[in-house]
Amino acid sequence: MGFSPEGWGYDMLAATGMTVSVAISGFLAGGILGCLGAAATFSRFAALRFVAASYTTVLRGIPDLLVIYLFYFGSSSVISTVAAMFGAQGFVGAPAFLTGTLAIGVVSGAYQTQVLRGAVLALSKGEIEAGRAYGMPPFLLFRRIILPQAARFAIPGIGNVWQLVLKESALISVIGLVELMRQAQIGAGSTRQPFSFYLTAAALYLTITFVSGRGFRIAEQRAMRGVRKAV
Amino acid sequence: MALDLPFLADTFLALLTGIPLALQLAATSIIAGGILAFGLALMRVSGRWWLDGPAQIYIFIFRGTPLLVQIYIIYYGLSQFEMLRHSFAWPFLREAYWCAVIALALNTAAYSAEIIRGGLISVPAGQVEAARACGMSNTTLFRRIVLPLALRQMLPAYSNEIILMTKSTALASTITLMEITGIAAKLISASYRPVEVFICAGAIYLTINFIVARLFAGLEYVSTPERRTPSAMGCASETRKECHV
Repeated sequence: MGFSPEGWGYDMLAATGMTVSVAISGFLAGGILGCLGAAATFSRFAALRFVAASYTTVLRGIPDLLVIYLFYFGSSSVISTVAAMFGAQGFVGAPAFLTGTLAIGVVSGAYQTQVLRGAVLALSKGEIEAGRAYGMPPFLLFRRIILPQAARFAIPGIGNVWQLVLKESALISVIGLVELMRQAQIGAGSTRQPFSFYLTAAALYLTITFVSGRGFRIAEQRAMRGVRKAV
Repeated sequence: MALDLPFLADTFLALLTGIPLALQLAATSIIAGGILAFGLALMRVSGRWWLDGPAQIYIFIFRGTPLLVQIYIIYYGLSQFEMLRHSFAWPFLREAYWCAVIALALNTAAYSAEIIRGGLISVPAGQVEAARACGMSNTTLFRRIVLPLALRQMLPAYSNEIILMTKSTALASTITLMEITGIAAKLISASYRPVEVFICAGAIYLTINFIVARLFAGLEYVSTPERRTPSAMGCASETRKECHV
């Protein structure tokens, strides 16, 4: 470890950056899926509600590692089939960053669906009725009344999902993306100092979770300004 | 893509052989982690900084780092120390199984400690005061009043933790243990048919987690008789009586 030319410090820092970027992109992908999922749970159509319910049940009940394997080998086999059409031979691996992002996105989307659903349920019905009584069209009602308040209620839960996503991103190392965990494996393998490398990785993860946890707490405090608290 | 039923059946049977190991990993680490968590929770609520502080640091570290890192530190990391390799603990630390159990137990202890603490502090002050007014000693008070109330308060959150642990046993496959996910990964790389293998393995995990969730729902039902709606129960038995008549 260290920042000398033969040290591993810069590699580890670069890998930390990769961890953060794969976590953020997976988290955002999950956010989109979560919004769609939450919208589906409130849908008027039973089929959409069923799809959303099965999505959250299945994805929250299956180990993330299995989902990552599915995405990696699944997309690789699709790509290999396409490549075979163009005359390529054998197994072609899928881009690890994209696969990782998709896998994390799909899993975290299931959690975010539940968080957002809870946040919308926490809205007071009277305000939505009042909005309707003013003749607000659904989209305006959503933008002005539902979204700002649901976002406020969702922050603590979303913060939890972010922590989960960050730790889950370590699993992407199994498909070869050189993020923090994989870099630690590489370092541990070539220096024969596994403890030092994994401990450094742990410390870096801890730093990210600590800093982002603080960030979410500040965001929560800002969002809750002027809200009267019962307890 | 048509589903190949014989292949699905073979995969399913192969994956079933991984269930005992997965359940054993989960059970051992949940029990060991639960005991540790109980101690940590007591430290947290003790009100003494020199007990509360270390417990807080422990919980912060184990909740703030990925489980995979913890598993790797224990399985690969500890071998860096010459001293440890010659100690009595090495026969255990050399085994992937024990490393997985230790990592899972230490990890779940951190999460469960906060759940147990939540249960403990949810006990209404009035109940404790009433028990003291009756002249109960601290141990009796804890055993008869605080613990039963805390345990049933924490059941829903604890069921989440157990489901998470069941899923976490999948990580043991990264240190060579052949439980459900380990077998699944092997089958996928042997057959290049990820979707079918995933469906089978996913179905197994879902079934296990469904059973766990139902068990806890049952425990909650049994332990909170006052929350059941008497009228609904009464109606149910009324209608049953009417049916018989």
